[in-house]
Amino acid sequence: MKRFFDSELETFRSDLIRMGEVSIRQVRNAIKALVEADVGLADQVIAADDELDDLEKRIDNEAIRYMNLRAPIATELRLVIVGMKASHDLERVGDEATSIAKRAVKLAAEPPLKAYIDIPRMAAIAGEMLREAMDTFLSGDIDKAIAVVRRDKEVDDINKQLYRELSSFMIEKPGNITRALELMFISKSIERIADHATNIAEEMVFLAQAQDIRHLDELKKSTRPDGA
Amino acid sequence: MVTAKASAISHSTSSTSMETPASTPTSRPFNLSSPAADSDQTDTLIEISDFDFYYGTKQALFDINLKLDDKRVTAFIGPSGCGKSTLLRCLNRMNDLIDGTQIKRGGVKIRGVDIYGREVDSIELRKRVGMVFQKSNPFPKSIYENIVYGLRIQGVKSKARLDEIVEKSLRGAALWDEVKDRLHESGLSLSGGQQQRLCIARTIAVEPEIILMDEPCSALDPIATAKVEELIHELKKQFTIIIVTHSMQQAARCSDKTAFFYMGKLIEYADTRTIFMNPANAQTEAYVSGRFG
Repeated sequence: MKRFFDSELETFRSDLIRMGEVSIRQVRNAIKALVEADVGLADQVIAADDELDDLEKRIDNEAIRYMNLRAPIATELRLVIVGMKASHDLERVGDEATSIAKRAVKLAAEPPLKAYIDIPRMAAIAGEMLREAMDTFLSGDIDKAIAVVRRDKEVDDINKQLYRELSSFMIEKPGNITRALELMFISKSIERIADHATNIAEEMVFLAQAQDIRHLDELKKSTRPDGA
Repeated sequence: MVTAKASAISHSTSSTSMETPASTPTSRPFNLSSPAADSDQTDTLIEISDFDFYYGTKQALFDINLKLDDKRVTAFIGPSGCGKSTLLRCLNRMNDLIDGTQIKRGGVKIRGVDIYGREVDSIELRKRVGMVFQKSNPFPKSIYENIVYGLRIQGVKSKARLDEIVEKSLRGAALWDEVKDRLHESGLSLSGGQQQRLCIARTIAVEPEIILMDEPCSALDPIATAKVEELIHELKKQFTIIIVTHSMQQAARCSDKTAFFYMGKLIEYADTRTIFMNPANAQTEAYVSGRFG
């Protein structure tokens, strides 16, 4: 039986899917702007962040209204709660993308410190994690969500490696410090994006099965598909 | 209607689908070292097994198997005609009073004793298994006499003893403060909510083990409902309570376990938290979220 207010949840779901799409695009464009020193694209990323902010507020308001007036139960209740949490994570992803774009503008004015290899690689993994986490929102595929959680350590490891590498650049030559610091912050932003993707994956497991898999040591051990 | 629900929650593989990604037949519980559910062990008080019940030729209950916990509140939910009230009435043999009813298979045991056994006196049984009805039904007597009615039948004569039980029962039903100065006025002079609590007081006066409640709040306003629910919460320390309700929120608020019935069958029985957060059965979910019933 379809209820007269079912369409409200459909709008809620499509808003969240939209947030996922926009935030993934924002991360991709911010990294592209950095690698290609494309200031115009970086400015676009900065300007587009408003849409994520608006969507987050809309999702929150709708969730509160729905809980207040429709008293959701079971899957619906989990959907509304997860929607609020995931939209917050996606909004933070947008903020990290904006932060990367702002640093890309600064870095575009100077010659690159080193070839951009690890940062795009790391960003590609974080972007895939986000995509997979949001896919499980539609599919309810728990295995994929768990794979996202397990992948977080890959990004953490690259971040640590970059930290060491950039530190040595700074020790070598004080003239490198400003650019190396910007890159460290960018690396940290990507690491956080992966954390948000992990949160979203965990939220999707809760949505599908009402199970809380946060902070389980068993999920933190495995890093790469090859077990390294 | 059931089919409609099944399609409403099954997920689609299309990435443009707006369907809820609910548990589906293909998804299985994810088992890492998940924290144990809050299932503190309790004893089984009532055991219903392989129970088939008929009104004449019409079968009302099909193969019911259910174990109800001691000193807990169990809610029976389900759409009208699903058999939940019938099963409730089977627990103190109220259905014996209806012509043509029969149990064709299975039985009900309370503390291991078959309540349909030859040696069981149904009057004695009903003393142990009290009942509160949908519509409050005080006797057209004083508040005091309503409470002591059952005791007088049992032969209790001591005025002091009766007074003591009246106060204890009315306090137990959270009604004492409101009526202590007018115990000899008619029970019918009370408000609807007070009358229902009077009936609860009358029920607990004979110190049953089990209290059956058949939609006890359906005729009450929200404040009176809240009082009865508060009372249920208090009473479960002493009694085992089984409540039939059409209010999902009431079942969620009051009960420890919930049983969902549909068309005379027990569909799902679990901790109330599970039923309302993550029911295993699609029909249960459809019912509790108001999609059918």
